[in-house]
Amino acid sequence: MKPGPVAALAGLAMLLVGGSLATGGAAAARPTDGSVRITIHFSHFDPDAIEVEPGQTVRFVIHNTDPIDHEFILGDEHVQLVHEEGTEAHHPPRPGEVSIPPGATVVTTYTFPVSGGSLIFGCHLPGHYAYGMRGSVTIG
Amino acid sequence: MRHALARAAALATLTAILVVAGAGSALACGGLVTPNGTINLLKTTTLAAYHDGIEHYVTSFSFAGEGQEVGSIIPLPGVPTDVIKGGDWTLQRLVIETQPPTPRVAFFAAEDAAAGSAQVILETKVDALDITVLKGGALEVGNWAREHGYFLPPDAPEVLAFYAARSPIFLAARFNAERAAEQGVQTGQGTPIHIVIPTTNPWVPLRILTLGRKASEIVQADVFLLTDREPETLPQAVKARGFDQKQRGMIQQVSEPASGSLLRDLRSDRGMKWLPSSGMWLTYIRINEAAGQLTHDLAIDASGYGRPNPVAAGFPAAAAAQPWPVAWTLAAAIAAIALLMALTDPGLRRLAVRVLRR
Repeated sequence: MKPGPVAALAGLAMLLVGGSLATGGAAAARPTDGSVRITIHFSHFDPDAIEVEPGQTVRFVIHNTDPIDHEFILGDEHVQLVHEEGTEAHHPPRPGEVSIPPGATVVTTYTFPVSGGSLIFGCHLPGHYAYGMRGSVTIG
Repeated sequence: MRHALARAAALATLTAILVVAGAGSALACGGLVTPNGTINLLKTTTLAAYHDGIEHYVTSFSFAGEGQEVGSIIPLPGVPTDVIKGGDWTLQRLVIETQPPTPRVAFFAAEDAAAGSAQVILETKVDALDITVLKGGALEVGNWAREHGYFLPPDAPEVLAFYAARSPIFLAARFNAERAAEQGVQTGQGTPIHIVIPTTNPWVPLRILTLGRKASEIVQADVFLLTDREPETLPQAVKARGFDQKQRGMIQQVSEPASGSLLRDLRSDRGMKWLPSSGMWLTYIRINEAAGQLTHDLAIDASGYGRPNPVAAGFPAAAAAQPWPVAWTLAAAIAAIALLMALTDPGLRRLAVRVLRR
């Protein structure tokens, strides 16, 4: 039996609903040409979920649209804890660790381990991490 | 009366000293921004009176002591024509008028970035307070605050944007430690200020009180309204269950014609001669709500038409309400047409009957 107009219309409806649902969910971002662009707005990272390949070197280009200081600290839970309890007001440009003044765009490059796993990026200025200023990187 | 006023003032001062000592911060009816990130947990008291198209906003700032630089930012519904020292007893007198005689528990309960800086449109000094009225968007005001040594917590960009979308006017207030010392201002001592704002659209900033607070923290504030007639507010306050300190929300404790004695006492205070001697309506709204729930302001319609402006309360305009996504609308329409066609198609009806018989 050939699909009639009813089935065609129903299929189109399903496609539109499915497409709408798909755009509603936040898919993890992947590097383009080895770079990931992150925007900071209202003390949140966008995107806040990133997927990379094991051993991949990624250039993070981070733009702070807020009128307050932020930072981007990439690492495991231990790294996050050290920074959460740390006292560094500003960070020298270490790979994966950088301060972002208001309105500025900064770049940091990081090579992910070949072993896979996941890492976290966050801002550890007072109250920022608890406010939700964090994201995740899935390796593999 | 004098005794009662003294009692209220003493209570308020004692509270300020105790809580300031604990929190290392100061009372202000605005978002508190400090260099070390400490945020006050005090109850704030405000009078928003509206008469002849002018909002009179009276609030008080308490000195947190030398070495503790504390500033506050208050969003305003319009450009103020004057910022002057507030009356000495206006806020306390309103407390006496509207609250039971043993409110001690109440006092202790509870808990684009490249943009330039904001435009300074008014600078004045009230005792040891340096006051600056700013005009600008969230970024400009945020930049100005940061450049002038104010600490902004992580929610500040969003909260400033929330206000700047409605009114680009902000008042920043900060104690000058040198002048405070010269004038002998004591820790915890309040300095009332009176802001005169011509506006057709009065509102009282509430969300700013949540600045820097966790969503679960309870925000407490006393808001007194004096209007020419009984006002409608948005959101509507819930009716009070007596003085139940556990009652959460925006609670209407008092709504009644202002008494002659209250108006007489208020009119005798500094800068309060504008207040009519009769015919005013007094509303007392107690805020006792988790910071995460206080995502709005208080819009007042004192016109008698009973239609407070949702935008003034910080709600999205009706036209800006979350739209039903176009794709969903189209899909729903196509699905409805398909269903209708299926119901009227004999072949499909027969197929459905066969399926149901199995």
